[in-house]
Amino acid sequence: MSGMSNARNVALAAAFAALVALPFWMPGTYYINVSSQVLFYAIFALGLNILVGYGGLVSLGHAGLFGITAYASAYLLAMGLGHTTAILGALIVSLGTTAVFAALALRATGIGFIMITLALGQIIWGLAYRWISLTGGDNGINVKARPEPFGVDLGAPNGFYYTALVIFLIAVVVVTIFVRSPFGAALKGTRDQPRRMNALGYHVWAIRFWACMLSGLLTAVAGILFVYYTQFISPQTTSLTASAEVLLMVIAGGPATLLGPIVGAALVVIVKNVVSGYIERWNFLLGAIFVAIVILMPEGLVPGTARLWRQGWRAFRRRRSVVLAGSAEPKPAEPTQ
Amino acid sequence: MNFWLVLAVNSVTFGGLLFLLSAGFSLIFGLMRIPNLTHGSLFMLGAYFGAAFIIGVSGVQMNFWLAAILATLLVALLGALTERFLLRRLPGDALAQVLVTLGLSFMAADFCLMVWGGDPLNVETPNGLGGFVRVGAAAFPIYRVAIIAIAAVFAAALWMLLDRTRLGAMIRAGVDDPDMARVVGIRVSQLFTIVFALGAGLAGFAGIIGGPMLSVYPGLDQDMLPLALVVVILGGTGSLLGSFVGSIIVGFIYNFGQALLPELAYFVLFLPMLLVLIFRPQGLFGRYIP
Repeated sequence: MSGMSNARNVALAAAFAALVALPFWMPGTYYINVSSQVLFYAIFALGLNILVGYGGLVSLGHAGLFGITAYASAYLLAMGLGHTTAILGALIVSLGTTAVFAALALRATGIGFIMITLALGQIIWGLAYRWISLTGGDNGINVKARPEPFGVDLGAPNGFYYTALVIFLIAVVVVTIFVRSPFGAALKGTRDQPRRMNALGYHVWAIRFWACMLSGLLTAVAGILFVYYTQFISPQTTSLTASAEVLLMVIAGGPATLLGPIVGAALVVIVKNVVSGYIERWNFLLGAIFVAIVILMPEGLVPGTARLWRQGWRAFRRRRSVVLAGSAEPKPAEPTQ
Repeated sequence: MNFWLVLAVNSVTFGGLLFLLSAGFSLIFGLMRIPNLTHGSLFMLGAYFGAAFIIGVSGVQMNFWLAAILATLLVALLGALTERFLLRRLPGDALAQVLVTLGLSFMAADFCLMVWGGDPLNVETPNGLGGFVRVGAAAFPIYRVAIIAIAAVFAAALWMLLDRTRLGAMIRAGVDDPDMARVVGIRVSQLFTIVFALGAGLAGFAGIIGGPMLSVYPGLDQDMLPLALVVVILGGTGSLLGSFVGSIIVGFIYNFGQALLPELAYFVLFLPMLLVLIFRPQGLFGRYIP
């Protein structure tokens, strides 16, 4: 077991080093920018995974929360407010919306929760699209410049990447602490045995509500990074497709794992960026991947690949041991472990 | 006065379309316990298939009604295939089934965009239904009145099917208690396919007859799906009466909202849904409490 955890620590340290050194080994700024996208989408997916993976509550309205944060900060910036005010204001708008969403959606669980979050997300989309005097409709809102906190120029790809990396690492630490905390354990309890948790004296609704708030906070942070990255926000960002994309990141990577959503985010962002360079049909591919993963690898790519790898390895070993056992001279029994 | 009257007729017309769309959605939800997120896509596919048949496939142009029937059958077949070959593989896993329907809806949307492009297709009003009917000083397009009539006929037929036939009794039994229905020898999984095909066909039919009114464009699916969702949450799942009343309510709110508060139309639409969720979570006529 200690060997396992050593290997794990080495792998983590290597991943960390690779991330820190990334601008030096990536072939160009385009790839550094894609990496920045992976980072903030990973934060978004980590946020959604708290609900989907640990809470068993599948939200199809998270792009609405993501988008409303982005809209709020873009709008406040366009009003001429400073970056700090805009970011704080966006966080307040976002958490307020999350609280309302959670209060409404938590009237149900399971499929009911999906339907209500979907409808709530569509409301935000509808407002973004139609409330033209506020949101600019299809034209969206532009953000003029990225901020320069503590002298770091976020306008440059490297500056933005490192800022996103720091925030991403903080998010990973927060989620890790959360998952291992009594609160995290209680949330998993409400996912698996809500009635028992209730009987044990836990306030199931409150646990779910605060999980929604934490998820909303991570989503909001990702939304702010997003709007500074693209410097533009339009209704497309709040659409059901966008909600489904982030859900795909969680489900593809493996819900209720820490690494899964990160791998999922990397996969979706990279595939989307690379593939859309060659074909126009990203949405078709997205749908097909979705269907394929749900049917073939329902536990997600990270646990699913691990399972297939183990099965394949076992089958390979078995075949090899059979071949060895059957070949030529009878040898002293092979250790087939 | 005229303005209000015309708006009211438009609301009922739109409510009729919504009823055709949401009755199937509601039955599928009631029976299979999943919101079929391809329902908007089936509506759109019906509309596109119909429009394509009318405009002409490899030179063969069709009459509106023939195109409508063919498109409906095609969409019903797609629905049956989806149920039989995809959803059936995930028995009892509602979440996975929902996600599959979501994935399929993206594929369908992109497929339509690929085949028919981004420009809206206009569907001609069928022959003989083009003009206006005058009542006093107000003039109503005949086609809109015809949609109301068609929706009313379908509502009656569906009610007959569900309330007066053996198949309907089996479907109702499946909605109320699928396990018990299985025990008494009803092949519930076969019902799933039938209801899915029926619901898909209704959605496709709504799409094609809605074509001349709404026109056919990419994104039609995402416009219609939330409406079906609102209708079903309002009216309650698995209830035909619920879909009917819910559709009319949503039809009115949608049209009046568009006319009076265009910027907030979408928002106003969801208000009654939120009220129902808070005060009567099973919906106005709900039989099954999720």
